[in-house]
Amino acid sequence: MRNLLPLIWRGNSERYRLLGSKCEHCGGEFFPQRSLCPHCRRGGKIITMPMPRQGKIVSFTLVHSAPKGFELETPYFLAIIELANGVRLLTQIVDSPAERVKTGAFVKMVFRKIFEDDAEGIIAYGYKFKVVQTVEQTPKPAQTKMIQNNPNKPGKPSLKPQKSKN
Amino acid sequence: MRKVSIIGAAISKFGEHWEKSLRDLIVEAGTKAVVDAGVEGKDIQAIYGGTMASGRFIGQEHIGALIADHLGMNPIASTRLEAACASGSVALRAGYLAVASGMYDIVAVGGVEKMTEVSTEEAAIALGGAGDQEWELFMGATFPALYALLARRHMEQFGTTEEQMAACSVKNHDNGSKNEYAQFRNKITVDDVMNSGYISEPLKLLDCSPITDGAAAVILCAGDKAKKFCDAPVEIAGSGQASDSIALAQRKSLTELSATKEAAKQAYTQAGITAKDVQAAEVHDCFSIAEILAIEDLGFFKKGYGGKAAEDGETVLNSQVSINTSGGLKACGHPVGATGVKQVVEGVWQLQEKAGARQVVGLKNFLTHNVGGSGATAVVHVLRRA
Repeated sequence: MRNLLPLIWRGNSERYRLLGSKCEHCGGEFFPQRSLCPHCRRGGKIITMPMPRQGKIVSFTLVHSAPKGFELETPYFLAIIELANGVRLLTQIVDSPAERVKTGAFVKMVFRKIFEDDAEGIIAYGYKFKVVQTVEQTPKPAQTKMIQNNPNKPGKPSLKPQKSKN
Repeated sequence: MRKVSIIGAAISKFGEHWEKSLRDLIVEAGTKAVVDAGVEGKDIQAIYGGTMASGRFIGQEHIGALIADHLGMNPIASTRLEAACASGSVALRAGYLAVASGMYDIVAVGGVEKMTEVSTEEAAIALGGAGDQEWELFMGATFPALYALLARRHMEQFGTTEEQMAACSVKNHDNGSKNEYAQFRNKITVDDVMNSGYISEPLKLLDCSPITDGAAAVILCAGDKAKKFCDAPVEIAGSGQASDSIALAQRKSLTELSATKEAAKQAYTQAGITAKDVQAAEVHDCFSIAEILAIEDLGFFKKGYGGKAAEDGETVLNSQVSINTSGGLKACGHPVGATGVKQVVEGVWQLQEKAGARQVVGLKNFLTHNVGGSGATAVVHVLRRA
């Protein structure tokens, strides 16, 4: 039986706080963390560096046939996202209307349960991402259900001037 | 570096072999290859075996020792090599380098996988080890999901369609129907693929290669001694291997497998040819999109045009370049560690004109392309008549 506890525990700072690495020699930023800069190798100087928590979707898929431990969540979105500093990672996209999960959509990090190891009772938490609006976009009322902290909640009059119908 | 030729080649039937163990499969393929080569067991000086996950599937590691034991070859030097789905090809390359270096004159290379002893769910976990365990699988990714991410990019950037990907599966089943060793001999249509149900969008069941038991083996010989054993030895004219990030997220591009391009460049350069000199190839179609990426990255078609080429029939048997004459991973089957060696066996049979209804006419150069995981390893070989 595999002992997942050390593996989960070692990854906490990365999964909880998106702490990656930076090489002070070449400026490269990496997630997950590395102990050796892949460009400079021994010539590099690796330090811990928090990654930006916003990004955009580069590619995505809707998983229907899930691996062990994820069956109850299907279908769920997996995506490769690119963070604001250019670093990419693979993550689930959650709490977002399906029609808004597309390439180029802006996303931000949220903290979620990733899986539960029944045998040992260990729960692994960490990052997932959800689609957010950019500052410029104004959502239609029907689309605001899944977005929190948005002034354009259904029923409230829009703050933008209405276009004349004539 | 001296020339190396293949003097014997054999595979087991690919399929669900409840009645055969891993050792049964490798003995079957190994002895048939030795007989085909016309060598004696005592002539073989080393064994190189490829298998990806025997520990996970049947709890057996130390496959090198197992093969030597069950082929009655002790105390021969016998090594297992692993590179996920490219395990067979890296075993072949190790055998090739051993003979080319002058260390040995005759070696045996085999590939085997016994996948049906575990549930489909367990098999998926074992195969998942080809990706990044801690940062892809951990997050809920499966192999279909990883290739689906590649497919989405290819569709969005080049307009590749699901129907074009389906055309690859249809062609491979058509070729498989002519291959007595193939797991699937049934023909399918594009509609069959489109209706087969999503595994991870946009990939559907019939876009995915199956779970298979099987083994393949070849006997390699120093080029100048090959004609002693074989009337039509096949030379390994070029060999290339390259790696890339194990996780998809760290790739420079999501619309190509750069390890394929690098490995192909090495093999083409060594063989003194370019892509247009290749008339037939076995490429790594673990998923239909992988075949489209392969025929582009190997230089047969321009980047972005692979889907159209498949749809327009430019990769069927005896077209511009016959792709996956054996039926590929999709129809012939994908016993993971065996695939790389099976691809070479198909190349040998094609070049020796033993391919029957699948025969490619006018064949000069045959290419094999084997990938590990989502592209973290790629191995390319160019074969031709010696």
